[in-house]
Amino acid sequence: MTDVATESLTMREVFGRTVTELLDTDQRAVLVLADISTVMFAPAAARHPNRVINVGIREQLLIGVAGGLALTGLRPVVYSFSPFLVERPFEQIKLDLGHQDVGAVLVSSGGSYDYAEEGRSHQAPGDVALLDTLPGWTIHVPGHPAEADRLLRAAVAGADPVYIRLSAQSNAAPTDGNRVRVLRPGRRGVVLAVGPMLDRVLAATATMDVTVAYTATVRPLDGAGLREAVLAADRADVVLVEPYLAGTSAYLVNAALDDVPHRLRSLGVSREVELRMYGTPEDHDTAHGLYTAGIAAAVQSFLDRSD
Amino acid sequence: MTVTTPAGYAGLPALMARMTGDEKHAMAAASTVDVLWVLYDRVLNITADRLTDPDRDRFLLAKGHGPAAYYAVLAAKGIIDAALLADWGGRESPLGHHPDRVLIPGVEIGSGSLGHGLPIAVGTALGLRAGNRATPRVVVLIGDGELDEGSNHEAIAVAARLKLDRLTVAVVDNNSSSHGWPGGIAERFAVEGWATSTVHGRDHDQLYTAFTTPHPGRPAAVVAVVAEKADQ
Repeated sequence: MTDVATESLTMREVFGRTVTELLDTDQRAVLVLADISTVMFAPAAARHPNRVINVGIREQLLIGVAGGLALTGLRPVVYSFSPFLVERPFEQIKLDLGHQDVGAVLVSSGGSYDYAEEGRSHQAPGDVALLDTLPGWTIHVPGHPAEADRLLRAAVAGADPVYIRLSAQSNAAPTDGNRVRVLRPGRRGVVLAVGPMLDRVLAATATMDVTVAYTATVRPLDGAGLREAVLAADRADVVLVEPYLAGTSAYLVNAALDDVPHRLRSLGVSREVELRMYGTPEDHDTAHGLYTAGIAAAVQSFLDRSD
Repeated sequence: MTVTTPAGYAGLPALMARMTGDEKHAMAAASTVDVLWVLYDRVLNITADRLTDPDRDRFLLAKGHGPAAYYAVLAAKGIIDAALLADWGGRESPLGHHPDRVLIPGVEIGSGSLGHGLPIAVGTALGLRAGNRATPRVVVLIGDGELDEGSNHEAIAVAARLKLDRLTVAVVDNNSSSHGWPGGIAERFAVEGWATSTVHGRDHDQLYTAFTTPHPGRPAAVVAVVAEKADQ
């Protein structure tokens, strides 16, 4: 659902507004917090004291409680910063949700390094790769608050395990759907932008004859849609641009093209070193090459190599 | 082959022997067997015909290690087929050395890694409360060694603060925690506001009394002390 109010809010603010609304309208919905953003949900907690649960600074319990809630038929929405939601209680995600065969909607904010100035502890460029070791998860990386709103509503209405990775970084306009969408066709190859990477990819490739495709949903990845976009271009050259660890989805791109001779370059957060730097998200984008000129140079050099 | 098994508690050694092959040793080794028996025989409303009833009591075996006694009690109560016991751990068997709820109707959680059952039990109690199901009890069995896991202590604090009075923790204490609990296990719960009792873990009447004593407004911890240093 896109509306004027949504467009003026951040993803996190949209999350607060939408979950508050869903708690009013969906008796299955239950929100579990670990001391992060409790103020944002204070009005909802006052109205639904049994369905807004703050466990304090206890992330193992955060996920364990979600598993127990789901076992009673409720639909837990679980929120924290990305490292504290996915990395710290990872075994709980594996066992208390996955192994129990129950779902929850895990919603993180902070992305890879939205809170760059807080340091490594608050950065989680590996969250998607880590969660990707578990079967059955749907993973959304919305690129706009309206996408976050739409994906969140659909997730809460379901029963499966879903991870929604909110970020302070956002594109100017939302894109619809859960599939790979071609936003600009070209001949020399395909650049697949994930979530908040879209606007900078569009800017970086503005003068290149390449297809720009987009997805906000990376698990499952729409391999058929990607394949269609690749086959429509003259060359099966693919650049994957993800806002977390470089190459996280590379194996799925390769699987989608397993009968097509192709080349792939994966851009994302570097896996090589721990970047001991505070600063801003933009500083980190620059360090990892995830800024317009950096992406332009990487795409151009990749295309040039096959000429 | 027809196997004649005595009914009830007296039949448990033979059922366990189907898995362990050692009838004499099985009962002594199973630190949990008396707690399990009292719960399923006298306390919980769990029967084979209501395994999916939303108002059934929930029993969560957190300490999934060494589940022979659990399977034997479930078989004795007709919740699982006793014919399954002999092949436990086998490729075609639903009965593993740690239980899997997806494979065994009537088993509420899959367990194995320690420290997961109590947090899940807290969530289950919260879910029953949020769903306006005030009646069902949630009973979770943990071990004194399992209590080492910090996740339990996250749950112990919150369960009392949220006044989960339908929650009971049975701690089977067979003295297997490497660093022990000076002052006693019950004190860990009492200081957080739980109702506590410490009983002989083989005494059925003591266990029954502990599990049925009302504890309005707060969760209950029953420490069941089992003297033998068990091997499972």
